[in-house]
Amino acid sequence: MEAFLQQLINGLSLGSIYALIALGYTMVYGIIKLINFAHGDIYMVGAFVGYTAINTLHLSFFPALILSMVFCAILGVAIERIAYKPLRNATRVAALITAIGMSYLLQNGMIYLVGSETRAFPQVIKNKVYEFAGLQVSQTQIMIFATTIILMLALQLIVQKTKMGKAMRAVSTDADAARLMGINVDNVISFTFALGSSLAGAAGVLVGLYYNSIEPMMGYAPGLKAFIAAVLGGIGIIPGAMFGGFAIGIIETLVSGYGGSLIKDAVVYLILIIILIFKPSGLLGKNVKEKV
Amino acid sequence: MLKVKDLSVYYGVIQATKEINFEVNEGEIVSLIGANGAGKSTVLKAISGLHRPKSGEILFKDQPIQKESTRKIVQLGISQVPEGRHVFKGMTVMENLEMGAFLRKDKSEIQKDLKMVFNRFPVLEERKKQDTATLSGGEQQMVAMGRALMSRPKLLLLDEPSMGLAPLFIKEIFNIIEMINKQGTTVLLIEQNAKVALEIAHRGYVLETGKVVQTGTGKELLASDEVQKAYLGG
Repeated sequence: MEAFLQQLINGLSLGSIYALIALGYTMVYGIIKLINFAHGDIYMVGAFVGYTAINTLHLSFFPALILSMVFCAILGVAIERIAYKPLRNATRVAALITAIGMSYLLQNGMIYLVGSETRAFPQVIKNKVYEFAGLQVSQTQIMIFATTIILMLALQLIVQKTKMGKAMRAVSTDADAARLMGINVDNVISFTFALGSSLAGAAGVLVGLYYNSIEPMMGYAPGLKAFIAAVLGGIGIIPGAMFGGFAIGIIETLVSGYGGSLIKDAVVYLILIIILIFKPSGLLGKNVKEKV
Repeated sequence: MLKVKDLSVYYGVIQATKEINFEVNEGEIVSLIGANGAGKSTVLKAISGLHRPKSGEILFKDQPIQKESTRKIVQLGISQVPEGRHVFKGMTVMENLEMGAFLRKDKSEIQKDLKMVFNRFPVLEERKKQDTATLSGGEQQMVAMGRALMSRPKLLLLDEPSMGLAPLFIKEIFNIIEMINKQGTTVLLIEQNAKVALEIAHRGYVLETGKVVQTGTGKELLASDEVQKAYLGG
């Protein structure tokens, strides 16, 4: 039981990171029906911005986090404007392939800039470990979880209460009707990319703290798992991405905690297959019936 | 107020409207009637800037608008209730109405208009916190109309407001359209249901395969043999 609870705690930290990345996938999908495969690499860029902010600019955790979020927001908008916007009326597969190309560009661009070796992420949070009832929780884990929850609450506030957030929901349900309200759909799409990418940037910094190491290819696997998390919760549904992220994180740590560390990735992909077969709209998704 | 001159709109290679001409004067209700595929919705899409015409002119208060963005057109005072209502499902009635006032900054005036909409559609006030996806078709039509009114339009474009509604609801909706018009909003109405559309219209135009084939006052068109035969089953 104790081991189980311990894995649950570890899973929450990992799940936080997946959830933050999954939110970006799901929001972008919700608004332009594009799986932005470059999203995992934005998270990687976020980790490197955090690294530079702490190592070179000597910032502490929060300023580094904010800087990384802002940088990734701008990067996300730039990618959308340059790569995806010209394809707005093209086939969906054209945009999808462009996203994959963008992913390679970011990975290899980063290798070109900083080299491909793994580097140690500076530990700006004291590695204090709290123990109670036989369970261990590190300061970093608390920080990751708390930051994630705050960001999620902020996101919910933006999406539910602000004018731009409401416009986002309006565009995602009916872009033409939104246009008829005078909503500038292009701006709303850019805003969505900015929000999603900033969350990925935050996740990048958090994962640097958690695993202590970063490298240019680090976005690939977590990006894919976050995508699975988004599908598990129901792609396009914001609470679904949060739920899916935590679920995948917890499942992964539980599997490796009980001796399955070699197959933990396989289990996650198996979940994707099962979801796609039995409930492709995701656990929180409604089965959309086409009205004639 | 609105003048459409020689308007031709294409969907790919298919010509949806062929040099259409009509106008709407301030204070009028004008109905465009015609069968499915006559090009009616296309005309409204072109006016709202959702679909660019290939040639011709659309003048709103003598100003050409056929190249303006939808945003600018809404700002100028043209608001559209699209065919099939297109309410924002997943959002509450209140949020839908707020979206209608998206471009406005005058908060106290928005509150006044909100009251006006709730006065006109009391059921919307009762359901203001409800997801619009849970409303009936008639109620959704009211949301779509209330939402369009929230931009305080000078010209209201209505695309098939009777579509899919029970006869009782159609009557109610058309009474409301007449009331909105009496209080100063000019209305351009597009309908397959020629009878209800012509009954409240000051003037009307009959569209057939992308061309205006007949025009007159609402009463004249209702009484005309061609309209009787083609649209009223008499």
